[in-house]
Amino acid sequence: MKTRILMGLLAVVIAGLIAVPWIASYFYIFILTEILILGLFAASFNLIFGYTGMLSFGHAAFFGIGSYATALVLIHLEWPFLACLLVSMGASALLALVIGFLSVRLNEVYFAMLTLAFGMMVFAIAYQWRSVTNGSDGLAGFTLGSFGLGLDLTLGNPAVYYHVVLAIVAIAAVVLYLICRSSFGMILKAIRQNPERVSFAGLNVRTYRLVAFVIAGAFAGLAGGLIAPFLRVASPELLHWSMSAEPVLMAILGGTGYFLGPFVGSAVFVLLETWITSFTESWMLVLGIILAMMVIFFRKGLLGTALDWWMEVKK
Amino acid sequence: MSGIGAALLNSLDIGLLLFIIAVGLNIVFGVLNIINFAHGALYMLGAYLAFTLINLVGMPFWAALLLAPIGVAILAVIIDRVLLKFIYSRDVADSLLLTFAILLIINESVRVIWGSGIQVVQPPQLLSGSVELLGSSVSTYSLFVIVVGLLLLAGLWYLFNRTRVGRIMRAAALDRDMAEALCINTRMVVTGVFAFGAWLAAVGGVVAAPMRALDPGMGDKIIIESFIVVVIGGLGSFPGALLGAIILGLIHGFGGRYLPEVNLLLPFLGMALVLLFKPNGIMGKGATA
Repeated sequence: MKTRILMGLLAVVIAGLIAVPWIASYFYIFILTEILILGLFAASFNLIFGYTGMLSFGHAAFFGIGSYATALVLIHLEWPFLACLLVSMGASALLALVIGFLSVRLNEVYFAMLTLAFGMMVFAIAYQWRSVTNGSDGLAGFTLGSFGLGLDLTLGNPAVYYHVVLAIVAIAAVVLYLICRSSFGMILKAIRQNPERVSFAGLNVRTYRLVAFVIAGAFAGLAGGLIAPFLRVASPELLHWSMSAEPVLMAILGGTGYFLGPFVGSAVFVLLETWITSFTESWMLVLGIILAMMVIFFRKGLLGTALDWWMEVKK
Repeated sequence: MSGIGAALLNSLDIGLLLFIIAVGLNIVFGVLNIINFAHGALYMLGAYLAFTLINLVGMPFWAALLLAPIGVAILAVIIDRVLLKFIYSRDVADSLLLTFAILLIINESVRVIWGSGIQVVQPPQLLSGSVELLGSSVSTYSLFVIVVGLLLLAGLWYLFNRTRVGRIMRAAALDRDMAEALCINTRMVVTGVFAFGAWLAAVGGVVAAPMRALDPGMGDKIIIESFIVVVIGGLGSFPGALLGAIILGLIHGFGGRYLPEVNLLLPFLGMALVLLFKPNGIMGKGATA
């Protein structure tokens, strides 16, 4: 019964998201586009944190590379948007393979330090390699052409772009969900709970971690590819560790133990950011305080705490 | 020849400064089993407090060198007693997340209190000149940094190997339950070690202040450098921190002089190289999962 109510709620939310361009102003369309893209970014992060138990502080590297890849392909090759996104996913997956190869074999503490350091390495490259990345200014001035697949879409229209983002994020979320539910996903969960046991069962923990890391990188790259045309720029800030902090916060905020947690976290995060930055510059300060409070008191996140409460009350 | 001599001295002062920071990170990790992401923020706080004491209050540099780290250590005691106490018994991820939150809070507070602009601290009169050494002119302040680094190195060695306090710290690092059973108040040790680590970071910050301009991003730079140091040297290893810091110092000292175009990349390449062949660091052990 309760699962049915929750499923119904989810269906209502999805129907609402589809209908948004006809009922809301451009301001909300922009906010929702951002929520969806960052939600996908956070969900990809949660595949390695919430499911596999590896806390990465360098996830922005893959997000940023994805946005640079799309920007570069649009500027130099003018391919259809869908092809750009595939290039983004491929580039991020490749980078994740290299960074992951060096990082996943070490324990959690090392992993956190290494992902942060390698993430900043990618930032340093984007910052210094001016001939390709245009340094601190980033890449701008690219325009979206066709979408691909023979679809005739005016991607420059925010409402159309919102629907494209919604469709792609929804498909990506379903794929991620299926991965989490598959036997592969179950093994990842088992690795989080007890890596030793998993390796005693004859499975190669390192390989599983690496594959999870690469998948997460690819989806972060997809999110990055979606954000570049939305922001109209691919800049080094997208690679900085303060960007890596965002999916961490979103996942914690929503709840790392739930597939939809990061999406809820992304919604709360973006709405809070929009609201708070309207009267103070110190958004990061508020963020730090919220993160500390969530970690100390609400480790299950908003979604987890709410679900627990609802299951408890309505028995 | 003089170029190499200057690069060598430069490497040494960068290396010893990094050692001061990284060894604090290591000591805290050894006893508390957490990596303090806010360590670089505490370093920055030391530098900014010194800036306030010297430029706004008008104290001499030496008084700031004494007082600013004590101030930061007191803050660390508060952080430990108010925030960290919740997560000591929890999963490692929680401690990483919480210190990361503290990093965000301190970083933004510095921006609010001191502004985003660059601030400068002058070295004391006594150390503002330069001397002839190894055929090139070296600033006296560089030599001062080297001396402070060596003094702290010797002091820490003495503390851990020859004093009762040091032995208690090592006991708590090895086996906290056993130390508790031997009537050691490990809760006090934990607070003390965390404050000591913060003190070291802040000493590094005050010493670095006249060498480098102060800006709110300085903590981020140093924490990434110290991570590279402990990864190269081996997490939790005292000689490893020294070795890693000297290696990174050499990379900076020589890389900045001879390979300026890839300067920013070199530390990461060095780290990747060590990870390929010695995943636990040159002196570390037992971190592979």
